[in-house]
Amino acid sequence: MDHAIAVRDLVVERGRRRVLHGVSCAVPRGSVTGLLGPSGSGKTTLMRAVVGVQTVRSGSVTVLAHPAGSAPLRSRVGYLTQAPSVYADLTVRENARYFAVLQGRGRAEADRAVADVGLAEAAGQLVGTLSGGQRSRASLACALVGEPELIVLDEPTVGQDPVLRADLWARFHALAATGTTLLVSSHVMDEAARCDRLLLIREGRLIADDTPDAVRAAAGVDDLDEAFLRLIRAGGTTGVTAEATADDTGRSTGPDGGVS
Amino acid sequence: MSPRILAATTGRILRQLRHDRRTVALLVVVPALLLTLVYFMYADQPTPPGRPSMFDRVALVLLGVFPFVIMFLVTSIAMLRERTSGTLERLLTTPLGRLDLLFGYGIAFGVAAAGQAAIAAALAYGVFGLTTAGSSALVIGIAVVNAVLGVALGLFCSAFARTEFQAVQFMPVVVIPQLLLCGLFVARDEMAGWLQAISYALPLSYAVEALQEVGAHADPTGTMWRDLGVVAGAVVLALVLAAATLRRRSG
Repeated sequence: MDHAIAVRDLVVERGRRRVLHGVSCAVPRGSVTGLLGPSGSGKTTLMRAVVGVQTVRSGSVTVLAHPAGSAPLRSRVGYLTQAPSVYADLTVRENARYFAVLQGRGRAEADRAVADVGLAEAAGQLVGTLSGGQRSRASLACALVGEPELIVLDEPTVGQDPVLRADLWARFHALAATGTTLLVSSHVMDEAARCDRLLLIREGRLIADDTPDAVRAAAGVDDLDEAFLRLIRAGGTTGVTAEATADDTGRSTGPDGGVS
Repeated sequence: MSPRILAATTGRILRQLRHDRRTVALLVVVPALLLTLVYFMYADQPTPPGRPSMFDRVALVLLGVFPFVIMFLVTSIAMLRERTSGTLERLLTTPLGRLDLLFGYGIAFGVAAAGQAAIAAALAYGVFGLTTAGSSALVIGIAVVNAVLGVALGLFCSAFARTEFQAVQFMPVVVIPQLLLCGLFVARDEMAGWLQAISYALPLSYAVEALQEVGAHADPTGTMWRDLGVVAGAVVLALVLAAATLRRRSG
């Protein structure tokens, strides 16, 4: 299978602390992959390594057949940081138009990206005057504006109301249907059920890399939250290695297992 | 570097400035207030025969140095915000080149400084009767080069500050020694040897000498061009150092 992201034995240290302990995983093209785990588990670090802004100790990250962060990827990868990284002293539209130009796009694409995240009516407002949820959607618009092949989204739905959250997830699946690959982090388990595949990470180690259905089956429960807990308990003491779970990826079943 | 991205970046920085009306007002009003202060300070001071009046001497240097100080501060804070808000990290994942960003700041704040210097010069020449042997356009031109020097040093120094409190403290470190040693307070050839040596190593000394050349000579002198060249060289050096601080990858 052709992978959008292939991570091999990735070790990352921040300061003296080892944040990722030899993570290996692969993300198939044209899918929505959820990266789940408690806060501090290494989700953001893994995403930073994928977009190529994280210094890595060892291992490799290959994105769209290029080393992560290399020049040819800069117009093909969109990145949403966890804290909204847009200019507070510009309007939503001005932000989107600036990031559109960086990706070689025009005003029409910028305006469409703003509309796609439900901010058409607030387009003329300064980002600094928006609510937290609106601000993070403004940031999302700037990640989507270049129509990248790979979109890495760090907690894109935090602070959004349920209706908007459902809209955003529908949007992510629509993008995946056109061949875009999405890697989406979350610490909300009900979002895990919306993903085609899941990467469960805890304390810098991958504890599952599978479809939601397969994760449920492996844990023997229907509830993903409960399944995650069981996987942690099963692997926590003996320290299941990333390689062991990565080898299991073959036995995946159909995509998306409904709402937990 | 891409002209399209550079133009968009310059426009984006100017747009940010435009939305901050109070900053724009301060950029115009503060130098005007300071010039007014200097004018009244020296209003009753006798002028020694054959020398420029104290007001002429001080106002000329103020016109050229003020944009340097302000643009250094403004750029330090703006760049620090790019670093702390995550926009810099995001920008570096896009096709934007490091020089697009650095030159964007240089051009945008250079344009702002040109506006500031032109208004301050109009006040100094028109209202307070500043007289220089050379043209006021040269004074404004030198002020803009100084402003770009301030921008370049601000871009570089922002890498060493983690907070805005730290960033503003670089202002006295970078600016005040240059002001004290530039020859305005004590003529450079009257300083102790080691101070003179430091003075010759600081770019603002050359900027001030260039301004004094315009004050004393009707036509641009060779010394003035050489001084401007030195300041321009310092700009390039500071930009190269600033580019080295923009790492795509961090820990």
